[in-house]
Amino acid sequence: MTTTEVRDAIPGQGLAAGRPLLEVRDLTVTFRSRGRRSVRAVDGVSLDVAEGATVGIVGESGSGKSVTSLASLGLLNRRGVDISGSVRFDGDDLLNMPEDELRAVRGREIAMVFQDPMSSLNPVLTIGRQITEILERHKGLKGQEARDRAAELLLSVGIGDAVRRLRSFPHQLSGGMRQRVMIAMALACEPRLLIADEPTTALDVTISAQILELLRSLVVNSRTALVLITHDLGVVAGICDQVHVMYSGRIVESAPRRPLFADPRHPYTTGLLNSVPRLDQPRGIPLLPIPGSPSDTLPWTRGCAFAPRCTRQVPECLDGPPALLPDVDGVESHLIRCVNPVPDEEQPA
Amino acid sequence: MSLLEVRGLKVHFPIKKGIVLERTVGHVRAVDGVDLSVEKGRTLGVVGESGCGKSTLGRAILQLEPITEGSVVFDGTDLSGLGNKDLRAMRKRMQMVFQDPLASLDPRQSVSSVLSEPLRTHGIKGPYDARVRELLDLVGLPATAANRYPHEFSGGQRQRVGIARAIALNPELIIADEPVSALDVSIQAQVVNLLEELQERLGLTYVVIAHDLAVVRHISDDIAVMYLGAVVEVSPSEGLYDEPLHPYTRSLLSAIPIPDPEVEDTRERILLRGDIPSAAAPPPGCRFHTRCPWRQPTRCHDEVPLLRVPEGGDPGHTVACHWAEQVASGELQPMSAADSLATEPALPPAG
Ligand SMILES: Nc1ncnc2c1ncn2[C@@H]1O[C@H](COP(=O)(O)OP(=O)(O)O)[C@@H](O)[C@H]1O
Ligand SMILES: Nc1ncnc2c1ncn2[C@@H]1O[C@H](COP(=O)(O)OP(=O)(O)O)[C@@H](O)[C@H]1O
Ligand code: SF4
Ligand SMILES: [Mg+2]
Ligand SMILES: [Mg+2]
Repeated sequence: MTTTEVRDAIPGQGLAAGRPLLEVRDLTVTFRSRGRRSVRAVDGVSLDVAEGATVGIVGESGSGKSVTSLASLGLLNRRGVDISGSVRFDGDDLLNMPEDELRAVRGREIAMVFQDPMSSLNPVLTIGRQITEILERHKGLKGQEARDRAAELLLSVGIGDAVRRLRSFPHQLSGGMRQRVMIAMALACEPRLLIADEPTTALDVTISAQILELLRSLVVNSRTALVLITHDLGVVAGICDQVHVMYSGRIVESAPRRPLFADPRHPYTTGLLNSVPRLDQPRGIPLLPIPGSPSDTLPWTRGCAFAPRCTRQVPECLDGPPALLPDVDGVESHLIRCVNPVPDEEQPA
Repeated sequence: MSLLEVRGLKVHFPIKKGIVLERTVGHVRAVDGVDLSVEKGRTLGVVGESGCGKSTLGRAILQLEPITEGSVVFDGTDLSGLGNKDLRAMRKRMQMVFQDPLASLDPRQSVSSVLSEPLRTHGIKGPYDARVRELLDLVGLPATAANRYPHEFSGGQRQRVGIARAIALNPELIIADEPVSALDVSIQAQVVNLLEELQERLGLTYVVIAHDLAVVRHISDDIAVMYLGAVVEVSPSEGLYDEPLHPYTRSLLSAIPIPDPEVEDTRERILLRGDIPSAAAPPPGCRFHTRCPWRQPTRCHDEVPLLRVPEGGDPGHTVACHWAEQVASGELQPMSAADSLATEPALPPAG
């Protein structure tokens, strides 16, 4: 359990009327393996995803983005893993749901797209077989009806000669094409929630732009909610309503994308923004790296995990875990977990 | 005079079929006619998507790949004409930095041994302790790092060791192939800054190869954009974002996400259709024509565009496109993004 004295505010809460579609509370995931130190990969994450919302989760590798989503959907191998907290989807408790029921929810209402589509495609079945199987299982479509719908889905993700493509095997497709197929499969059941974990990280930039444009057009205008997980701040800047920044298993800043990029307050967020060169700005602006490495971290129980790398560290940073609280100067939904946030005048250009 | 001059360079890899009797059934044209030059003390960036031939070009410059045609001239000497002994002496002056430099190293080799190895192989007599300490200091690592092992280091520190190893012999030219791509963004900036600092202190000349255009632009004076084995544009870094000349450069730039919602919401994306064609059978004419949103019914599909200065252009900015002037003036307009995104082009039967 986390023993925060001041309760954390909930990222994404109250952004839509009514009950949120996905409600994560105090999710904590610890990996234990014999002979090794246990790893607390996710350390008290709470967040709400409203119906139809687009939510970004950003942070460097190892910050707990993937584990947050995998644990929420019951996709982690339970062996050697402690999961606590709660995850509700449309009011139903996912963490304590029987496996077969959970699988049905995952197939029908929640879909996932991963970085490496090969890992989720069956190498010995044609693309067509894999899509029609989903349509049969969850939509009750059969035969020609299912095949027609499958072709339609491929067309909707921009695959031209769809009818012929249905007969291809995964290895006959390029990486970008496979990712399109994955998205088509994910959308086959018109899910209410799509979780895309680094969907473009393995792709070249021009292909990645195609896929992001596709996600944008498919999801932004539909009732499907999107959780987009990425290490690339640029990727969320163009798509997400709300962005959560994770560091060492916790959300350290959360805001609608405009205030997040215009007024970043957490030193980690400004650190990330200051370390990447901006194409659209004059050349020669020096990069200001974050010192140290992601492994230089403190357990949250001792204080701010980012303190060892933080240029704004003050003694209070080590007084215990800082709570995630509304930014007093900003919009209500802008939350920061920092005792000495970056003042206005020091924000990146 | 340029320190490095690459002329008409081609590296074609044979594609073999058959188990007992191998026959060559074609060639991968990894590098297919590249001209480049780099002045002493400057940085040339080489960008392009995976498979476009960047690494092969880098390795061919160092004579680590068999050259099919063309030449590499380093400090006035044509490297392909050199015998083994002379080439060895030349290699001392040119070093490479890799994406994960230590991935291939013996995990039992300490950093001190990693750093003294190049000295030993080039017949420099020990003891090496002082030089090792000096190298560690140059790359911002503590002297105590000498007795530690690669796996004990974080990715960023490992790359510092890789850089220290590359500068051990006081080279003049460093070819860095994706030096920061494996690193987290916060660490990328540390390594980029280190490379810049070393260039200043040691007067190094760099060829920096990477797929990340923002990083390459930051570090380079000039940028060569590659597509399918060929250079399609060479531009001073400064002007590239505002004045890209080649349609491929334009789409590449427009595809790179910028961490600013204001910019993202208003900028125009030039989306390309389909995937990069195979380097074994690059399209005839302009090799970009199958995906080019500005493609014209004449010339593009049957006439190879050469790198040239467009009419009225700056002599340092060259482009290989028949229609560069008309693309720049806006006289020609790209196919709409929606049109080109709507469908993937039909591909030849897979398999
Ligand atoms: N199966 C596992 N066993 C042990 N540790 C794990 C496992 N999966 C992830 N981790 C650890 O959990 C942390 C968070 O990982 P992850 O959520 O994959 O990060 P991200 O997706 O942000 O890169 C990392 O320190 C990682 O090493
Ligand atoms: N040793 C090799 N044998 C055959 N083909 C190769 C070899 N090395 C590279 N290639 C091919 O040459 C092309 C260019 O590769 P590479 O130079 O690695 O590109 P990049 O570094 O830009 O990703 C690719 O099509 C690649 O598959
Ligand atoms: S030559 Fe034609 S196909 Fe090639 S880039 Fe120029 S306009 Fe496009
Ligand atoms: Mg991940
Ligand atoms: Mg390469």
